[in-house]
Amino acid sequence: MLQIVKNEGTAVSVIAAVNDFVVKFANVNGSGSASANQLFAKSIIRMGVPVAPRNIFPSNIQGLPTWYEMRVSEAGYLGAREGTDLMVAMNPQTWDQDIASIVPGGYLFYDSTKAIPHSKFRDDINIIGMPLTELCNHEYSDPRQRQLFKNIIYVGALAALLDIEIEVIETLLKEQFRAKEKLIPPNIHALHVGRNYALTHLTCPIGLTIRRSNEVGDRISIDGNTAAALGAVYSGATVAAWYPITPSTSLVEAFTKYCGRYRVDKETGQNNFAIIQAEDEIASIGMVIGAAWNGARAFTATSGPGISLMQEFLGLAYFAEIPAVLFDVQRAGPSTGMPTRTQQCDLLAAAYASHGDTKHVLLFPEDPHESFLFGAEAFDLADRLQTPIFVMLDLDIGMNERLCRPLTWDDSRRMDRGKVMTSEELNTAKDFGRYLDTDGDGIPTRTYPGTHPTRGAYFTRGTSKDRYAKYTESGAAYVDNMQRLLAKFRTAETLVPAPQIRSADTETKIGAIYYGSTSAAMREAQDILTKHNIDIDLLRIRAFPFNDDVRNFIASHEQIFVVEQNRDGQLRSMLINELEINPAKLKRAVHFDGSPITATNIIDKIAGFLPAAQILEARSAL
Amino acid sequence: MSFLPKPKLHHPGLGCNSLGFTKRDYEGAVSTLCAGCGHDSISAAIVRACFELDLPPHRIAKLSGIGCSSKTPTYFLGNSHGFNAVHGRMPSVVTGANLANRDLIYLGVSGDGDSASIGLGQFAHAMRRGVNMTYIVENNGVYGLTKGQFSATSDKGAKSKSGATNKDEAIDLVGMALQLGATFVARSFSGDKGQLVPLIKAALSHKGAAFIDCISPCVTFNNHQGSTKSFDYVREHNEAVNFLDVIVEKEEIIVDYAPGATEIVRQHDGSLLRLRKLGESDYDPSDRAAAFTFLEQRKAQGEIVTGLLYVDPTADDMHDLLGTTTTPLNELSEATLCPGGTVLDKLNASLR
Repeated sequence: MLQIVKNEGTAVSVIAAVNDFVVKFANVNGSGSASANQLFAKSIIRMGVPVAPRNIFPSNIQGLPTWYEMRVSEAGYLGAREGTDLMVAMNPQTWDQDIASIVPGGYLFYDSTKAIPHSKFRDDINIIGMPLTELCNHEYSDPRQRQLFKNIIYVGALAALLDIEIEVIETLLKEQFRAKEKLIPPNIHALHVGRNYALTHLTCPIGLTIRRSNEVGDRISIDGNTAAALGAVYSGATVAAWYPITPSTSLVEAFTKYCGRYRVDKETGQNNFAIIQAEDEIASIGMVIGAAWNGARAFTATSGPGISLMQEFLGLAYFAEIPAVLFDVQRAGPSTGMPTRTQQCDLLAAAYASHGDTKHVLLFPEDPHESFLFGAEAFDLADRLQTPIFVMLDLDIGMNERLCRPLTWDDSRRMDRGKVMTSEELNTAKDFGRYLDTDGDGIPTRTYPGTHPTRGAYFTRGTSKDRYAKYTESGAAYVDNMQRLLAKFRTAETLVPAPQIRSADTETKIGAIYYGSTSAAMREAQDILTKHNIDIDLLRIRAFPFNDDVRNFIASHEQIFVVEQNRDGQLRSMLINELEINPAKLKRAVHFDGSPITATNIIDKIAGFLPAAQILEARSAL
Repeated sequence: MSFLPKPKLHHPGLGCNSLGFTKRDYEGAVSTLCAGCGHDSISAAIVRACFELDLPPHRIAKLSGIGCSSKTPTYFLGNSHGFNAVHGRMPSVVTGANLANRDLIYLGVSGDGDSASIGLGQFAHAMRRGVNMTYIVENNGVYGLTKGQFSATSDKGAKSKSGATNKDEAIDLVGMALQLGATFVARSFSGDKGQLVPLIKAALSHKGAAFIDCISPCVTFNNHQGSTKSFDYVREHNEAVNFLDVIVEKEEIIVDYAPGATEIVRQHDGSLLRLRKLGESDYDPSDRAAAFTFLEQRKAQGEIVTGLLYVDPTADDMHDLLGTTTTPLNELSEATLCPGGTVLDKLNASLR
């Protein structure tokens, strides 16, 4: 029976690290490994050590390779990191590439039931074999149990190998199966089968260990799609119209789940919400527009291809001034692209959606916490500004559980429904013009259909109209309206979340601008660069339109890197266009292979522009 | 063409309905369509139907897509909110609007290009979802605003004004509506106000997806010899299967037709549909399968069947199927909608 295999003659270097390493599970899609892997990640979080897990999965239902990558980081770096320190290789299909991804001195944990030729291993890694299939076949006769418990058995073994407190995992299992208590003992049994085998037959612990810490605090683990859906529930969204598309589907699923929990009238059993799975994305946005026009808070969730289909309607919503909220969970495009891989590639398609002159408000949450905040805020902004609001998530934020600040809600908060005239107000008002700019902020006043028998009715249209919503082809009236829309967009600048600046300790002329899911990797890169005496100020953009802070940040630095996850530097193009910045001043630092951006990616991209010696030093520290 | 308001003055002798409104209160701006356009007759029929049903004008929302027919909501119900959506997408906007406020009356006006071509999908899905609305297609078999191309409802073999022959099969929206589960399906002719007004009244009173395919000749591009959507052709081939009266409950019911030839149908809202059978046929509008067969047989003979072709008076609408609250969703407040901070704290605790 294989234990730790030492390769002949050569001394294998051994990585030693406490609370700072990457574990990767290579599994087969649909094998039930996901919940076991999550259990493992959660046990480390319960020991007070931050973990950033990521699912890497194919566009497929069952049978193809899938990975679960966990970065353990006591320092709290939740961005992805290259290289695997411990590979849990459970998928023969991907064996070669999995072995290749292990860093020298790292560890391979594998199922040694079947003999694997010596040539399939590497001589610079530490190999831990455990006959998982054999153990399962011995313990269980039912093939399904053999598969499911195999996952728990390897969690038990890993707990021993990494010195994870077994009581923590037991507690988690008890919590997980609270509603199905009879499942608790067999799961705990499987856990101990794995653990006991490891303690008896393997060298425990290995060089990688978990030590109880206090770095998690009151943070929670939640994925961005769920958090955004909760934002919609909390801000009073009642109508959701959608069409299934990865990676946004789980957002509406979460909305459905929480509406089922919090929005069903206890006495009547009636739903205080309506969710429609539309025939396509065009119908989805049409329904959102119809509902919002009629005074309900409405949203859709989609991804890039859906945004493409919605273009015509989005022009109507902009021009006719209809509130609408869109959650765009971005994935790699164009076309079907890489539907299960992450990118920030819809900025231009969303910001200038539709034909004609349009500009739309975009919000960029960095994590699930902000997905909740902005998800709720989007509805107030849509009503206040009477225009579509895009919440720009991506697959990395949307579909991975991320450690983040807890969600909070102020119970005194009221919905801002914007400028809506009631029947009483229509009675006393001397005038109602749907597109009159009565307050000088570019925002007109609207009425809901059915409000008043004789006042306040108007015609909503995509054709040009005067301030009283009457159809006209007068050039002057058209220009007047388009200029007011621009004034409204300037008002939006004062209402959207302001950018956040993270200054270096020492004054510097180098700056980086970034947004969304790049956050974690960007902050890590800044810390690394600082340690090597490269000071860099950061500005995180949280919304479009850009405000003066962005303008001033660019003006006060000599060199600016715009860090983003798309090929063409879409935010950079927008900054150049909207703020009339000299393109030479904004350096493109892009990563777009579909994997989440890392600190190394960022440092590599900006390396070419900085003093070589310093960069080499910083790079070697990674 | 700019917006032409109508003078507010009206003849003192103009009658009022039970709400005190005159017919003028249901009118809109002056039509800018071609003189003699069938669509204007449909607009007039809508005005009359709403007036006679005593509907408060502001409780109706009128929506349309793009095209000649979709321009017409400007020309009726000037005190109602209106919405010109994008081409072919009126049904989704009505669906959303209806989700937001189930208490308004929704009138969707569309054309054959809007509903049978670019918007065929949305038409289909609004019917199958049972959106509580009246969906009128003003069907002229031609694209008017772009000057006379065939539409998808043009009959195979029909001639265009420039002499071209349509080679493709026609889409029959009535057949589709029946198949898709619409619970009120009718066909009419803009030239037959006596038939059309009661059909619109019945559709407005119906709970569920009510569809009226209204043949509406285009006087400019499709009213010539060889067209199957011309006034003359439709008059010659119109086979009306029934004549309808709509009686709102407060009126006294007087049955003045010979027994056997009249049927009374009670709808959800209490309105009664009194159907007088016409012609030789013994047409039964409660039998969906028979309706298909009848329509196909008559179509083969070159006849255009009109009248109330199918009705399910007790159908469930979209809200029934969704289990939505009876209060319009746009009236719900934070107290009902927001679960509050305490719930969120508990949720946080479960995510640690």
